[in-house]
Parts: sequence; structure tokens; C-alpha cells
Amino acid sequence: MKATEIVEKVSSGEVSARSIAENYIETINESESDVNAFNLVTAEQALMDADEIDSKIASGETLGPLAGVPISIKDNLCTRGVETTCSSKILEGWKPPYNATVIEKLKEAGAIIIGKTNLDEFAMGSSTENSAFGPTRNPHNLELVPGGSSGGSAAAVAAGFSPLALGSDTGGSIRQPAALCGVVGVKPTYGRVSRYGLVAFASSLDQVGPFANTVSDAALTLEVISGHDPRDSTSIPEKPLEISGFLNQGIEGMRIGVIEELSGKGLEGISPDVSSKVEEAIKVFSNAGATVESASVPASIYGLSAYYVIAPAEASSNLARYDGIRFGPRVEASTTAETMTATRTKGFGDEVKRRIMLGTYALSAGYYDAYYGKSQRVRTLIMNDFAKAYEKFDILISPTAPTTAFPLGDKTADPMQMYLQDVCTIPSNLAGHPAMSVPFGFGEDGMPIGIQILAPAMAEREMFQAAKVLESESGNGIE
Amino acid sequence: MALNSLEMNDWETVIGLEVHAELATKTKMFSSALNSFGGEPNCNTDPVSLGLPGSLPVLNEKAVELAIRVGLALNCEVQKSVFARKNYFYPDMPKAYQISQFDLPINKEGWLELPDGRRIGIERAHLEEDTGKITHVGGGGRIHEASYSLIDYNRSGVPLIEIVGAPDLRGPDDAREYVSELRSILVAIGASDGKMEEGSLRVDCNVSVRRSETEELGTRCEIKNINSLRSLGRAIEYEAKRQIEIIESGQEIEQQTRHWDEAEGRTHKLRSKEEAFDYRYFPEPDLVPVEPSEEWVKEIADSLPSLPRDRRHLLAEAIEVEPSETSLIVQRDLDTFALQAISFNADKNRVLVHLENNLADGIGELTPEAFASLTVMEMNGELTATQAKTVLADLVELGGDPQEVAKSHGFESMDNSELEEVVDRIISENSDDWLSFINGDETERKKKSGFFVGLIMKETSGQADGKIVNQILSAKAKN
Repeated sequence: MKATEIVEKVSSGEVSARSIAENYIETINESESDVNAFNLVTAEQALMDADEIDSKIASGETLGPLAGVPISIKDNLCTRGVETTCSSKILEGWKPPYNATVIEKLKEAGAIIIGKTNLDEFAMGSSTENSAFGPTRNPHNLELVPGGSSGGSAAAVAAGFSPLALGSDTGGSIRQPAALCGVVGVKPTYGRVSRYGLVAFASSLDQVGPFANTVSDAALTLEVISGHDPRDSTSIPEKPLEISGFLNQGIEGMRIGVIEELSGKGLEGISPDVSSKVEEAIKVFSNAGATVESASVPASIYGLSAYYVIAPAEASSNLARYDGIRFGPRVEASTTAETMTATRTKGFGDEVKRRIMLGTYALSAGYYDAYYGKSQRVRTLIMNDFAKAYEKFDILISPTAPTTAFPLGDKTADPMQMYLQDVCTIPSNLAGHPAMSVPFGFGEDGMPIGIQILAPAMAEREMFQAAKVLESESGNGIE
Repeated sequence: MALNSLEMNDWETVIGLEVHAELATKTKMFSSALNSFGGEPNCNTDPVSLGLPGSLPVLNEKAVELAIRVGLALNCEVQKSVFARKNYFYPDMPKAYQISQFDLPINKEGWLELPDGRRIGIERAHLEEDTGKITHVGGGGRIHEASYSLIDYNRSGVPLIEIVGAPDLRGPDDAREYVSELRSILVAIGASDGKMEEGSLRVDCNVSVRRSETEELGTRCEIKNINSLRSLGRAIEYEAKRQIEIIESGQEIEQQTRHWDEAEGRTHKLRSKEEAFDYRYFPEPDLVPVEPSEEWVKEIADSLPSLPRDRRHLLAEAIEVEPSETSLIVQRDLDTFALQAISFNADKNRVLVHLENNLADGIGELTPEAFASLTVMEMNGELTATQAKTVLADLVELGGDPQEVAKSHGFESMDNSELEEVVDRIISENSDDWLSFINGDETERKKKSGFFVGLIMKETSGQADGKIVNQILSAKAKN
């Protein structure tokens, strides 16, 4: 069921919030052992929260915009008193004493948190195979990955475990799994959604965003979680977004650019299925009255390289606090330094260690300017190139990922192949711009394909309008 | 040590100080936890000051204001500044990085004027957060032998200003004067309580030596753990001698960080330059640059009280002496009182003398008017210096009018004829001594002069004016 329908039915008393929750829990019980979308299912608490919604309805209280809608939460968002692990052994058992701002906002809106979803450890990965608690599988084909790092959240929505989910997107971690699982995934403008309570991977790139089956559900969720938060200094001082009322305005006259460096022949390793879907999408947009032309963001080809310096650099610092001193498991050794080393050696997985080493090196005396400094300059170039492109276009499009979902274990031996999964999504993180993935049919392998819609900073509304047009022609989703 | 003071004279000690002062804010630098000294361990903490995953810093505006006050008081340029992360592992650092400022400090390039008028360069005064405090239990409090350690994070996140002075100081006295002047300024502008004993003012000291008359700076060592002005002087003296001995024995100074041991009265090597941390500074992505508006800076500048230097100059001008001579009075906060007394036509010289020598414990009930008339009485010969001191003590204790107080003590000036009679009588009673006074050599004359003055003062119960007695004696000796 769509979230918007649930809200309607629960609010009108047609269906109880409890029965909605029970239905989803039943689905989880049926298939979670196959999918492994969750690190923790909070069924009991969810039912209690649903009862509270029902009693509010009984007493005629006003309900929030997500009243009675179950939602899955990526396990790198702090939930008070509920284990938050980042799918890492180093945080196993840690229960935050506070809620992330987005969690507070969801609760206030009446959403029912149904569980904490699996991810690549500390959001580092593109397949959810880097989880300390085992990989999540793609609900469309259990032999394949769901993408990542928010693979658990994408899979939860695709498997019908919850109509909504939250993820975080540092280089594509919402959009790529959304594409691979055939759901809608949105990375908002940097600063649009509070990062307070999101366990940091790369602070200047991280952004929380929604997963949903439909564009309108994603819009509703984003409206709820957006808005200024005084506890996050990088939060934009703006009111929450208003998108839902503008969703069906169409794209007549909209100027749409197809990023040549990230589409078709411009993109190395792009599958023919994905390429032809981009062509199809162009036709949909043209038919809807938009002008579609080729666009160029030349510096975007350096995005991946710059990202793999900046993100690990920030991560090396953000992850330094996991030393076994104040929280998480501790491996005792004879000195403080040895205790810290032993704790980190045992607690972190290989990919996390690889990125900590990369980042530490990039920030070291004598190397800083050649790596971190240069990458920041590339980041500026990418922003400039986007700015130039947006002089001519209202929105841009590209594939979300170069391929459909791949088999488990296919890319784990070669980090570079895995990193290439994010080549289309990374430029938006570096620029701080919003971007989303909309499911747009399937490849010959029967696996979903996503189209990425990119917009200038703060232009979420136009981005969603285009997404809505694409969705209505896709035959996908559960309209 | 083997060096004598003559050998020391061939050398010059060059000192640059780094002073950390805790800023007197109500709450911490990046969160709403209280900034207060004492209290149960870990009572003033929150997710931010404990560095919990997902927590984010939010800059305390008051800390910025106080930092700007410090900058303006030290004649610095206040500029757009950027926070940076200083990365290193230590259990008292909850995030394993300290938020500090690196290449763009809030205040740069100022100066501080010592009481003698010399200007000492200030290279920068930047904001940073304090760390927690570790207590090593067992093994005499040293980390290596300790059986366990306790950490108190109450201090973690307390705002600090680090004031980096230029290597313009030339010896222990200079260093002590610099720190006391700096402390007076910080207290005067309300930026810090300046308590070295509570650790709210901490001094790290860079010391190098060079042959007198040379320009090139020697290799420096940084001394840590200096907890009082006295240790500062001792540490510098020790360190300078140590370095001179090394150079004189034909060896070279190794750049080191050294630890001052108060009990042993010596410094110990902590680490060499090679073992120094690579802090991997990079811009703090969780905070935005601080850009104080010109109006705000001006507003702060206008609200600054009169600084010790200005007060010294003002008083010096009023008394017509060098500013250095008014330093003690300003330190005792008696300059306003002095200026008031002068406005009531007090004798300037007597004001200086009394405030420096006789009013060290404060002015009590003494009013500027009474003080002024006291000095006038002295100048008119109505009171001797000794009598004035007695009257002053009474005025401080009880207040009142100096004329009446003098009268109550029976201090009425003798008339000269009366005094001459006494002198004649004493001379005739001691004719042998009188002859040796008249005919003796310089030494003898001085001795006898003292003898006669003593007798006369005794005879007049101290009411005679010593100066006039001397005049009468000299006159009689010539006749």
C-alpha cells in the first residue's frame, strides 16, 4: 500500500494503525530470513506506537502527516535506547542516549519505526556486503546484491517490509540501491535535512533521504524530515519543503539536459540495457513537453577520484573516536595505545580499514596539498561546471548506476570495480545538489533500472515534478 | 650547574609563550553543557562533549565574542576564520580530534605592551576546545605505572583562546611580566578568570638561547606543565642554562618538547621533533566559517573597558612620571582613586608614594578628598612623613578628616623657634659630639648627624620634621 493511502485510511478510521503494522510485520516474518534487510526488527515497539496512534484517533486528536505509516531506518541513524551499530562490530550493543533529529521529526509526524536496516559498515560500500552482520540480498533476485550502502533500506521497501525507509547518501548510497532494487530514492540538497544523529562517514557529503515505492510517498517523507535544525550548523535556514501540492504540474517547457559524460558512450562500463533506458526516458520527457538536449559537466569525470580522497579523509577523522574508551566493545591490552589499536583492529572490517588508511595518508604532512587540497579544487571545478550546465538546463538526467544488480561476491575482490558503481551519483554529493533515482523498467535480466534526475541546489520541487512524469510512464511501482 | 653568571652574560635567552585561557562562557564551546569548574566528574557532559556518534558541534556565539574581545585588546586584526580538526589519539580527546583553528585564526598579528613600554608581538589568538582530564590511579600518578585511569569530561569542550606570542621576550622576568600583563587584560575585559591554579590559564614556553649580539634564533625547546608564574621563571632559567651548557660543550640543541618537574626543579624530555604528532589538520566540515560583521566587531570594540596599558599611560600623564612607575597602582586597581585625588589637588608625588608603599592592602574608608588634603598637609609641613603614615592608617580604617585625625594624635607641627630651642639644648648637652660633627670627615659627620636627629626626634616625640632638623643643624654648624 502507498504511504499516502495508509495515512488516509488510518486517519479516517477505516483501518487501524495496529493492523497496518501487523501486516508489515507478518511480511517481515515471512521473508526477512531470505533478504536480511534488518539488523534489528522493533516489532513490539512498533505495535505499541501503532496502538498509540489508534488511541489518538479514538480521542479525536490531530494526527501527523505520516500517521500510522511503518518506516525502516538505516542503522547509522541514532535511535534513543535502540541499538545503533552502523553494521560494525565496533558499535555492537551501543544504544544512543538520544534520537537523531530526523527520528524526532518522523515520530512527531506519526510514523511507526519498524526496524533498523543493514548497511555496508559505516556506509562504506555499494553492495551491503561490507556489513559485519552478513549481506542483504536483492528481493528481486536473492542471488544478487541490493546495492549499497543503504541496501537494507532499499530492500526493505522493495520486499514490502515497510512502505518507507530512510537511508543516507554520501556518494550514491541511497540512489544506487534504490535503482538496483526498483524503488524511489532521494538525496536532498546538502543541508536540507539535519545530520544531527546521523553517524558521520564523510561530513561534507553525507545527507539523509527517503526511500519509497512512489514519487509522492518519497515527497511526503522528505517534507517531514526536511527543515532547519539548530543542532546542525550546516543545516540550511529554510522551512520544511513543500512538494506534494506541486507534484502533478508537469514539465511543459522544462529544459532537460542529458549529462553526456555520465550516459551512453560517455560512460565506460555502462550496460546496453541501461543505455537504452536512458534513451527511453528522453522520449518520455520530450513527449511530456520538455526540451531535451545533451549537456556537458566536463569535470564530473574526475568526481570518483576526488571523492575517494575527500570521503576517506573525512572518514579517517570521523571514525577516530571508535577507540574502545567510552562506548562499544573494548579489547583490553597492556597500554592505552595498544588497547585502542587492538579494539580498532578487531572492530573494523577491511573496507573501513582501507578507507581509514587512504584518508590518513591523504591528510598527512607533505601530502595534504597534493591529495586533499587538489581534490577540493576538483570539487570546485565540478560545482562550476554544474553551474554552467544549469544556465542552460532546469534539470539534468543520467543513469543512476552503470549496470543492474550484480551477483553477491562479484566485485568484492576488486574495490575499484565496486567504486565504479557510484560514478554517476558522486558528482551530486561533491556539488551538494539534490538528485534522485526513479525506477524505470527492467533490463533483460529482469532486474530494475533507475534513472537519475539531478537538480540545482534547493530545486527539489522541479526534480520531483520530472520524477513524477517518468514514474507515470514507467509502468513500475504500485501506482 | 657549572656556569657562573659571567659566562651567562655572553648569552641571550629568547622566549615565546603560548598561553591557553579558558573563556568565561556559561556553556561549552559547541554544546549547551555547562562550562563550570569543580563539580562531580562527568556531570557537565552531553553527546557533543562526549563525542558520541552522530553528535554535531554548534558554535557558542559568546565564545566568539570573547575571542574577539581578546583580539581587540591585544591589538590584533579580527578576520574571517575557519575551524580545523587537529587529529590525534588520546583518551582525554573524546572525538580523537580537537576542533581548533589552523591557517585562518580569528585574531592575527597584534601586540601587548609591557609596563616598561616594550611591545611584545602577538602572532595569533585563536579559538579551540579544551580536552577532558585524566587521573592516573596507582603508580604515583604516572601513566606508565598506573593500575587504571579515570577520565573526567567536564572540561571537554570548554572554550579556550590560545594566544601565541612572538619570540620577543628575553628572560624569566620578561616572561613573568608578559603573563601577568596578559592575565590583567583577560580579567579586565571579562574574557577569563585567569586563574593559573585552577588551570584556566596555562602557559607553554618556547625557549632558545643565542650568543649576545647575534640575530639568528637558536633551536628551541617547548616546555610544558608550567603551573605558576614562579615555575615559569624557574623553568626558563633551568632550560636556558641547560641549553648553554650543551652548546658550550660543542654539541647541538635537539628540538624537543620537555616537561617541567616542579619538585625536581628541572625539565625532562617528552619527545623530539621526529616523534612529534602529525595532526593532519583539515577544515572542520561540521562547522561553517566564522565571519563577524564589521558592525559587530565595532560594537565589541566600543564595549571594551579601559585596558591596563591605557590606564598606566593616563595615570602617568597625570602624575608626570613614566608609565612603568604607575604599573603597581594599576595592578592594584587604585588608578581611578589616584586620579580623583589629583583632581582634588593632591600632591602628585605623595600620591604615588602612598599608593605604592602605604596602601598595598587597599584604601578602606579613605576618600579621595581626605587623601588629597593629607598630601597637602604633608607638603605644607603640617605633618611629617611618619605622622602622615599614621594618619593615613587611621583614615583607611575609620575614615574621617585628616586635620582632625592629626589633631587627635597631637600631631601639630612645631614652630621653628620652638624647635631651635630644643636643638640648642641638645647641642649644649652633647658638646663633644657636636665638635666631631663640625670637624669630622664625611663619615663622621654623617654618623653624628644621625645621632643628633635621633635625639631631637626623641625629645620632640617625633613631631619635628626631619628635613627641617637637618637644615637647622647644618646652619648652626656653619656659624
